[in-house]
Amino acid sequence: MLAYLIRRFGQSLLVMAVMATIVFFGLYMVGNPVDLLINPEDDLAAQEAAIRRLGLDQPIYIQFLQFLKGIATGNLGVSFVHNTPALELILSRLPATLELAFFAMLLAILLGIPLGMIAGLYPSSPGSRVIMGGSIIGFSTPNFWQGLMLIMLFAVFWRVLPSGGRGQTTDLFGIPVSFLTLDGLKHLILPALNLAIFKIALVIRLSRAGTSEVSLQDYVKYARARGLSEKRIVGVHILKNILIPVVTVLGLELGNVIAFAVVTETVFAWPGIGKLLIDSIGLLDRPVVVAYMMLTVFMFVMINFFVDMAYSMLDPRIRIKAGKS
Amino acid sequence: MTAPVLSVRDLVTEFDTRAGALRAVNNVCFDVMPGEVLGIVGESGSGKTITGFSIMQLLDKPGKVKSGEILLNGKDLGRLGDTELRQLRGDRIAMIFQDPMMTLNPVLRIDTQMIETILAHRKVSHAEARQLAEDALAQVGIPSPAERLKTYPHEMSGGMRQRVVIAIALMLEPDLIIADEPTTALDVTIQSQILFEMQRLLSNRNMGLIWITHDLTVVAGLAHKVAVMYAGRIVEFGPVSDLLDRPAHPYTRGLIDSIPSNASHGKRLTQIPGMTPNLLNLGKGCPFRPRCPRASDICASDPETSSTGDGRTVRCHNPIEEGLDDTASAT
Repeated sequence: MLAYLIRRFGQSLLVMAVMATIVFFGLYMVGNPVDLLINPEDDLAAQEAAIRRLGLDQPIYIQFLQFLKGIATGNLGVSFVHNTPALELILSRLPATLELAFFAMLLAILLGIPLGMIAGLYPSSPGSRVIMGGSIIGFSTPNFWQGLMLIMLFAVFWRVLPSGGRGQTTDLFGIPVSFLTLDGLKHLILPALNLAIFKIALVIRLSRAGTSEVSLQDYVKYARARGLSEKRIVGVHILKNILIPVVTVLGLELGNVIAFAVVTETVFAWPGIGKLLIDSIGLLDRPVVVAYMMLTVFMFVMINFFVDMAYSMLDPRIRIKAGKS
Repeated sequence: MTAPVLSVRDLVTEFDTRAGALRAVNNVCFDVMPGEVLGIVGESGSGKTITGFSIMQLLDKPGKVKSGEILLNGKDLGRLGDTELRQLRGDRIAMIFQDPMMTLNPVLRIDTQMIETILAHRKVSHAEARQLAEDALAQVGIPSPAERLKTYPHEMSGGMRQRVVIAIALMLEPDLIIADEPTTALDVTIQSQILFEMQRLLSNRNMGLIWITHDLTVVAGLAHKVAVMYAGRIVEFGPVSDLLDRPAHPYTRGLIDSIPSNASHGKRLTQIPGMTPNLLNLGKGCPFRPRCPRASDICASDPETSSTGDGRTVRCHNPIEEGLDDTASAT
């Protein structure tokens, strides 16, 4: 188990290093931040001083070495634009995104699994057809359009929910969160739902496929032959078997939801890291973009790791044994 | 004369397919007495498994019992509602499936699956149910049952798993057990262990057992009576030793001759020519006619089931004479 953890950790570091390198040089090729950051009306001396202050006067490989040196001391660089450490900037925006992502995943699980199981158990009923039709719409329409439609229906026509922002926040362990106040919760519903639509559709399809496959298995028939109640057969025997693929995919999607909540955050003016990334790319704020990417990779690696753990908890056949793995 | 545990009368089971109704079980009748073992023998596709699932009322769609009665202790299972059936299954009728690798849920521990079965039928505490499960495992010869309870199915061998399934079947002392080829998926030494265990377990119980198999040697050692099925019908029925010694139906004869023996060493093995007929396209007359060495013109009409004395029946126009006296066979 320890060997497995160490190997896993080493792999993660490697992926992060490769990612940081690619993004660092990739962004260098996109354009020169100097053109955007320097006030053209300053005199030449002031401009050069500013360039030197940002470290942009050095050749790119020196800049990269400086960057590596910074990482070694736990410093991911200072934002060109905000003049604050990049990591700090991202972390200050992260709770909003995490909250959004968490509620989106919750919706995906609580709505997707039951709906998918219903569609799998009664494939020819009208209700199932509605569910599957809905999931196709959820899949195939663009997310920003779904967001706009949600705003139009709930905020403009019916005026029941606000169209954007985080609303009133309260501090939970020193972190501002929305869901503890009624106003904040109202602000959270639409963006969370919008972010969840695709995942709900995905989970519905996974659960349905799993359910229709598992219900044909001998062990389900055998469970019936033992006189178990339908509730127990569906809620334990079938559910536990379909959870394996659902958990895997949801785990991977959780990373996506956090990293790429950009569209939803933009549509609903949700002040999270997605919005920050878009702004930073626009301004070629390299330290922020690189730090964001590294954080994203780190998150994916961690999530995959926990998914593997959850997987082995659900499926006893692949439990990780010491020395094997 | 005691009443039979199970009485199947004129059972017809059909599958509605696009090509028409497929009659998988055709007018099957038999009784199982308490303490009696009935062997149902036949090739693949002869309807023996479907007969078992028809009794359990667990047919996969589009299978359906079209007509006939299935009386368990006088109660017609076909008329019971879902809840009543659920209460009977696992409690009064238990079933053992063919492939022990596939019957136990792979993600649930043995104890979970055993205890849930008990709790579905008995009002006992969780601890009592666990004790009952442990006793049941010990009874089928599983060493250190308390530890075994905590394992997952994949940590056990096929033979072990089948013992667990047998333990689950016996646990609640049902009136009837339907065993659908329970030893087919196991290797020969394990098979004989399981058979020995079944014989031992049945000897002091008063339950009926239906043992579905294609293996006549298994039936010879275990069953009291045998029903030979072909194309959804019972073609011959009778006490096991009598029927195997002096088969009357050419199909039964063919099945017995197909068993390799010492006498046939070095010679070509005997087999029944042809294949099991397509149930959708049976045509008229005896379904075994195209493969039958004794077929004659009269076989173009469907033979009736006729009694030949000693509790034996046969469904054939030209039964093998040596097994019967001439007067009885002239149907």
